[in-house]
Amino acid sequence: MASRKKALKKIRLNTSPDVNDLRHLHIGDIVYLDGIVYTGREGVYTKVIDQKAKLPIDLPNLSGTNFHCSPAASVSQDGSYNVKAVTATASFRFSKWLEQWFKISGAKLIIGKGGMSENDYKKNFIPNAAIYLTTVGYGTGALLGRGIKKVLDAIWIKELGIAQAMWILKVENFGPFIVESDLDGNSLFERENKIISKNLDSVYAGTERAILSRFGETDDRSEELI
Amino acid sequence: MIQLDVIRETALKLMEKAAIEIPDDYLTGLKNIADKEDGDLSSFVLEAMLENYEVAKEDRRAMCADTGVPRWYVKMGNEVAVEGGPVALEEALRQSTASSTIDLPLRPNRVHPLWRTDYNNNVGINAPEIEYSFEPDSDWLDLTTVHKGGLFGTDYRMLFPGDGINGIKRFYIDSLVAFGRRGLACQPAIIGIGLGGSKDITMLLGKQAACLRTVGDRNPDPKIAELEEQFKKIGNSIGIGAMGFVGNSMVVDCHIEVGYCHTGGLPMSVHAFCLSSRRATARLFADGRVSFRTNPNWFTPFMRRETVEWPPEKKPSKKYA
Repeated sequence: MASRKKALKKIRLNTSPDVNDLRHLHIGDIVYLDGIVYTGREGVYTKVIDQKAKLPIDLPNLSGTNFHCSPAASVSQDGSYNVKAVTATASFRFSKWLEQWFKISGAKLIIGKGGMSENDYKKNFIPNAAIYLTTVGYGTGALLGRGIKKVLDAIWIKELGIAQAMWILKVENFGPFIVESDLDGNSLFERENKIISKNLDSVYAGTERAILSRFGETDDRSEELI
Repeated sequence: MIQLDVIRETALKLMEKAAIEIPDDYLTGLKNIADKEDGDLSSFVLEAMLENYEVAKEDRRAMCADTGVPRWYVKMGNEVAVEGGPVALEEALRQSTASSTIDLPLRPNRVHPLWRTDYNNNVGINAPEIEYSFEPDSDWLDLTTVHKGGLFGTDYRMLFPGDGINGIKRFYIDSLVAFGRRGLACQPAIIGIGLGGSKDITMLLGKQAACLRTVGDRNPDPKIAELEEQFKKIGNSIGIGAMGFVGNSMVVDCHIEVGYCHTGGLPMSVHAFCLSSRRATARLFADGRVSFRTNPNWFTPFMRRETVEWPPEKKPSKKYA
């Protein structure tokens, strides 16, 4: 590929970073992680927040990194786990649990697909000095799989199944991820969307609005679905 | 007679190949797009994906851990005989889906829609889907598995004849912009468009156009082929690159399939087959031979026939066309 492109900044980061570590990160930086990450999505959130189940681990002391994903994994006959790839799932769906989850988990890094809204960052990330990292692709499942060094646990696997269980993973040089939100709540995706939206009128030129409309339909091209 | 144990073994191999090996046509298409991409972030993403394909093959691990919703396409030669018949064939396909989910492993994505029951094997009620088509004068069996993502990048709309090409264009752009932002469609993608048919068939045609035709393939109707080219260009001129970053890599290729529809309507669907376009095909012959490929060859002239009889005795009358 052409060399006119500028190189992106690459940073190694611990999975329980303090606020000074995060202050140096800017949207668009590339991050690789070392330490312990855990998976948590609707299954875990429903159980812990809605059903008030007690976590069997001391999460705030164990890891500051919540990954919105499930692994391609299986359980061997001897009870050991086989995890070879991980890919994120879209995070915007988990917005409603964020406020409570930050209180319970003390998370500093949320990793997922597609980021969240600037509103989420302002309301929940800034007060908790947390940032959002997006996975790359999407679907660098094999690359991320290489970064997993050990499966430490798969909490509630019987009850929630492999896709929704809370996987505790020891990782090394785990990435790449892109910094999507910074400590001030700026969003890389929203910055890009604003640039893209400027061009849309010309892309739509000559097309016509459908004869039959749909509920909620708008011609405001800067509107997002999430 | 095609033996069941050959079907089982082939189906397992197909699940593995689909999950791990990016098809050559998609890879070439993506490399061409990556060469032209000038957005910093979008280029970084494409380079990481190209590395990811290599790692997947080297380590024999799934290229993407979101297995999507694995499914099967079966094309049966008109003269083929399968040991145990279609019931045994379906059991073999379900069994291979379950076994490879555990052995590779793949992510067990399939759950009951209401009770969220997960058997951890990607098998359940109506899952995996198995679709059939047939081919005259043949005694082989083609098996194709596709692991397509299951949440974003797809939309359906009932348009009307008065909406015309410009209406079709708008809904196409709507779908790309809506799901291209933040990269929800996991682009650059093979975009499949279904036009016509009944509403359910519109969806099915669009999905098959995305998943069962290769990059570079064109619809045999020259005017539709032209539209495919035009739509590919439009998709890459929106300004959206990989992951929704500023760029020009949204569409690796665009495929359109049509079906005759209600005279008053023009139903349309759009599907995006993602950066991990997972498909693998094998042909099983009666003598036990098996040959693997990445082109499903699903849309044969027989599939797209418009006459009552086959082979067509004459062109449809121009008078009423």
